[in-house]
Amino acid sequence: MDAVVGSTAPALELRAITKHFGAVRALDNASLTVKKGTVHALLGENGAGKTTLMRIAFGLMSPDAGTILIDGKAMNFRSPLQAIEAGLGMVHQEFSLIPALSVAENVALGGRGSYSFEKIAARLEEVSRRTGLWLDPAAGVSKLSNAERQKLEIIRSFSHNARILILDEPTTALASLDVQELFSQLRAFASDGGSVVLITHKLRDAIDNADEVTVLRSGSFVMTAHTRDSSVASLSEATLGTSLPAVNRRPRVATVTGSRSVISMRRVSIRDERGTIVINNASTEVHAGEIVGVAALEGAAAGFLRVLSGRIQPDAGEVSLPEVIGFVPENRHDDALIPTFTLTENVALRSAGSGRGLIDWTQIRQLAQSIVDSFDVRTPDVQTTAAELSGGNQQRFVLGRELSGHPAALVLENPTQGLDVNAATAIHSKIRAARDAGTAVVFYSSDLDELVELADRVLVIQSGTITSVNPERERIGEVLLATKTTRP
Amino acid sequence: MIEYILLGDALVRATPLILTGLAVALAFRAGVFNIGAEGQLLVGAAASAAVGTRLGAIPSVISIPLLLLAGAVAGGIWAGIAAELRRRFAVLEIISTIMLNFIAIHAVSFLVRGPLQEPTGIYPQTESLSDILQLPIIARGTRLHLGFVIAVVLACVLAWTYRYTTMGFRVRAVGAGRRAAASAGNINVERTSYRVFLLSGALAGLAGSVEVGGVTFALYENISPGYGYTAIAVALIAGLRPLAVIGSGIFFGILETGATALQREFGIPSSTASLIEALLILVVLGVGKTRGAALLPTWRRGFA
Amino acid sequence: MSTLETFLEGTIRTATPLAFAAIGETVAERAGVINIGLEGAIIAGAFGAFVGAGIGGIWSGYAVAGISGFTMAAIFALFAVRLRADQIIAGTAVSLLALGLTATLYRQFFSVTGAGLTIPTMASREIPGLSGIPVIGQALFAQPPITYLLYVVIPALWWWMYRTHAGLALRAVGESPRAATAAGISSTKVQLLAVLFGGFMGGIAGGVLVIAQAGTFAEGMSAGRGFIAIAIVVLGRWHPIGVAAAALTFAAASALQYLFQAMGWAIPYQIFLGLPYVVTLLALAGVAGKVSAPASLGRWKRV
Repeated sequence: MDAVVGSTAPALELRAITKHFGAVRALDNASLTVKKGTVHALLGENGAGKTTLMRIAFGLMSPDAGTILIDGKAMNFRSPLQAIEAGLGMVHQEFSLIPALSVAENVALGGRGSYSFEKIAARLEEVSRRTGLWLDPAAGVSKLSNAERQKLEIIRSFSHNARILILDEPTTALASLDVQELFSQLRAFASDGGSVVLITHKLRDAIDNADEVTVLRSGSFVMTAHTRDSSVASLSEATLGTSLPAVNRRPRVATVTGSRSVISMRRVSIRDERGTIVINNASTEVHAGEIVGVAALEGAAAGFLRVLSGRIQPDAGEVSLPEVIGFVPENRHDDALIPTFTLTENVALRSAGSGRGLIDWTQIRQLAQSIVDSFDVRTPDVQTTAAELSGGNQQRFVLGRELSGHPAALVLENPTQGLDVNAATAIHSKIRAARDAGTAVVFYSSDLDELVELADRVLVIQSGTITSVNPERERIGEVLLATKTTRP
Repeated sequence: MIEYILLGDALVRATPLILTGLAVALAFRAGVFNIGAEGQLLVGAAASAAVGTRLGAIPSVISIPLLLLAGAVAGGIWAGIAAELRRRFAVLEIISTIMLNFIAIHAVSFLVRGPLQEPTGIYPQTESLSDILQLPIIARGTRLHLGFVIAVVLACVLAWTYRYTTMGFRVRAVGAGRRAAASAGNINVERTSYRVFLLSGALAGLAGSVEVGGVTFALYENISPGYGYTAIAVALIAGLRPLAVIGSGIFFGILETGATALQREFGIPSSTASLIEALLILVVLGVGKTRGAALLPTWRRGFA
Repeated sequence: MSTLETFLEGTIRTATPLAFAAIGETVAERAGVINIGLEGAIIAGAFGAFVGAGIGGIWSGYAVAGISGFTMAAIFALFAVRLRADQIIAGTAVSLLALGLTATLYRQFFSVTGAGLTIPTMASREIPGLSGIPVIGQALFAQPPITYLLYVVIPALWWWMYRTHAGLALRAVGESPRAATAAGISSTKVQLLAVLFGGFMGGIAGGVLVIAQAGTFAEGMSAGRGFIAIAIVVLGRWHPIGVAAAALTFAAASALQYLFQAMGWAIPYQIFLGLPYVVTLLALAGVAGKVSAPASLGRWKRV
């Protein structure tokens, strides 16, 4: 660790933080030192403990051991209220706003005494003069876009005079343009003397936008360095603990002309839950033996995927689907599995919708066992409940179950979100295997890197249209944002 | 000899508790909060008494099943009102079924003083059922009637259905994970819940007709000392499992028969039994929660 | 009093206990907790009022009523808020508990002697001047004083919910306990206090039944008012003024029986007894799809 130069104490220092959740050790002597006026990235794989560490810093939970120091003074936060008073502000990954209330009411949360709209509006004016960030105080939060909601969380922190801003995975829900805007705001804040902690699992974001970076792995501190002294390679080695695994990428399959169409949509229109049109009179096809990625902004893909998997009907148009379609939704805990049911019962779930008659448990048990074996699901036996499996194993199991019906098509939603790199690699190779066996695969990912790596081609949903492009980062971004990048 | 009779009495008391317990357990298992077993029982009793007092001389083999069927159908229809309100208007069933309970009580009061009143017009009750319409006694010297056997058999049938049929599995899935049932299982959750609701009402209605056919032989006010509410305790203590409901129902039967005896002997109010029952529900809840395991289906539909 | 005035007076009288209970439940549900045990709070309050008034007079009676309702809510809160048990089941259990407990205690201590036991009751007290207003004057201002308390509580609660940070916190918790916690609000504490307030008000409602109306206790005298109050909260869209209006509407429907009796129509009395419940069903069906509850009502999410 760099020696502290100069007489100013670090804005935020976390020393030797340990935290257990039952038998699981989430943090083990983790540390973080954030200097004033810097943007500091907190890097690590999913599950490394980054969010837990910062939630402790913000007073949302208390550590089992360790100290928190703000400006060199030890603090003992028993609630976020005290952290806010000490100058901390947090922008959460899944926003902590209340959609049913207005902007002003959300900013006012946590205050005391009588509430007056005028007072809050005045405070927002003041923040806007200081930082240039502004939102209409009377606007209903439910009508704000993701980027605006994030702006609101930031404004809220500024309205409480936060000097240390913590952002948890701020770029996942944003388009590139908004990301640039965000980082220039943070840069301005840092030059003004504020400090930023950027929690992220994306190496590129850390290197491009932070001054310093700290890496956590499995709850422990690994290293800290200036970003100008770091490379993608050195950071990924620190994050993963090994050098980058050789990417087992199958050669891209040549365009699948001649392959039969498995899913086809003709002049289809789809609305999202808010009622806005996300797909407008579009047509597309998915063929056997190809992996099609879907890129979209802000939840425009959810309805599309559910129409493709036959779970809902489109608002207009025709869809022709095969009989058996596998579906792996984003929220496996609620939508794919019944946690209190055993693995065997979860297998039976797949064919429970139709049919009368008796259930042959012996046969289903065998099927469950074969899924567990071929998809490498770590579990004592098929009679354990789904809740007892880890996230990665649950996902492997769900994928195996959906493929067990030998579906003609497989639809997946963010298939590796929240999984560690081993589980993610395993899922990817199973998806490729399904493709090679002739299944038509469609998957949505909010992670551009995953789209580029896994897909044979990418469907970009933008302003109601669907465009098919090659899986290249710039190309996808171009169509997604309807902008043309100037080529040198 | 006394114990034999007392046991018989306890099992007689247990019969409607098992049937309504099954009704409640079935509904709760699918995530339908049917608190209306009391009203469904009353309606079933009323239908049964109405049909029974108008039936001519028909052999028992036909007439008794007919009476039981009348009760079940009436209970199913009564539950159906709440089921329709839930399906069409998203009315929370816990409120609608309780409202229907009160409506049923007043309806019975009206019937026994009006259209169904016994011929002399003096007493607020129906005519008594003729002997051939009464459920046969199965243990000589006691009041234990066929209804107990029916209850036990139905419990076994329900248990088997849960375990071995696709329909039973659907019911369990809907209660344990509504979204997964719909998304991963392609189960029509609304249709499954609706059917379960009706069946639950039918079971409670059957309890009513069994009471009329086996114990009271007529319809009058206060024919039920709150069986439909005790059934909630019976179902929860049994963990919503049909076979356990048998034991749970018998336990409560003993509890309530004993309470009546205690009141006779020592003047302790028999309402102590309902007190204990409510406490038991809380204990089950508390134990279930502190042990961390979900004892009950955790899915609940949101409001309106 | 003319028939119309009798009808209006009856409406206000019927509405009073319902409004107390419904207002209390509104606060609880705005925090995201549905307290089915409200019925238990009411019957407990009724019994408490009976005992309290017998020992110490009218205001003693109300005080004990409030405390009894508060206690029932505390039991409910222990299971539903602290232990995160299913709210519906915990609430049902508490209601059954209260019904059984009050019945047992009444029979044990009072049924032999209690038949003739009289307790001090609260008579109507006219507000001079206001009670002279034509048509509505008698109805609104010639009521037992406890009703006048409602006239203060309802607007006060409205102001509190929308013009203070505490009220904002309540609404926030009911929408998203998680977001509220992240903003520094102690969601669990808010839920607990909301539920206890609801129980207290339910107890007062029971007190009204005994002290200002029946003059005695009878087993099960709450007669489902707790559940009707919950329906009234839905009809009133979880807003204090709306809930008050819904309570009035409901009470008016129930008070129709006076109108019909006055007109001498020979209708079986059971119809009138059952009418409130039928009205509740129809009203709930009528607002289908047009109401949106506090987003986290009845659900448990990690706070």
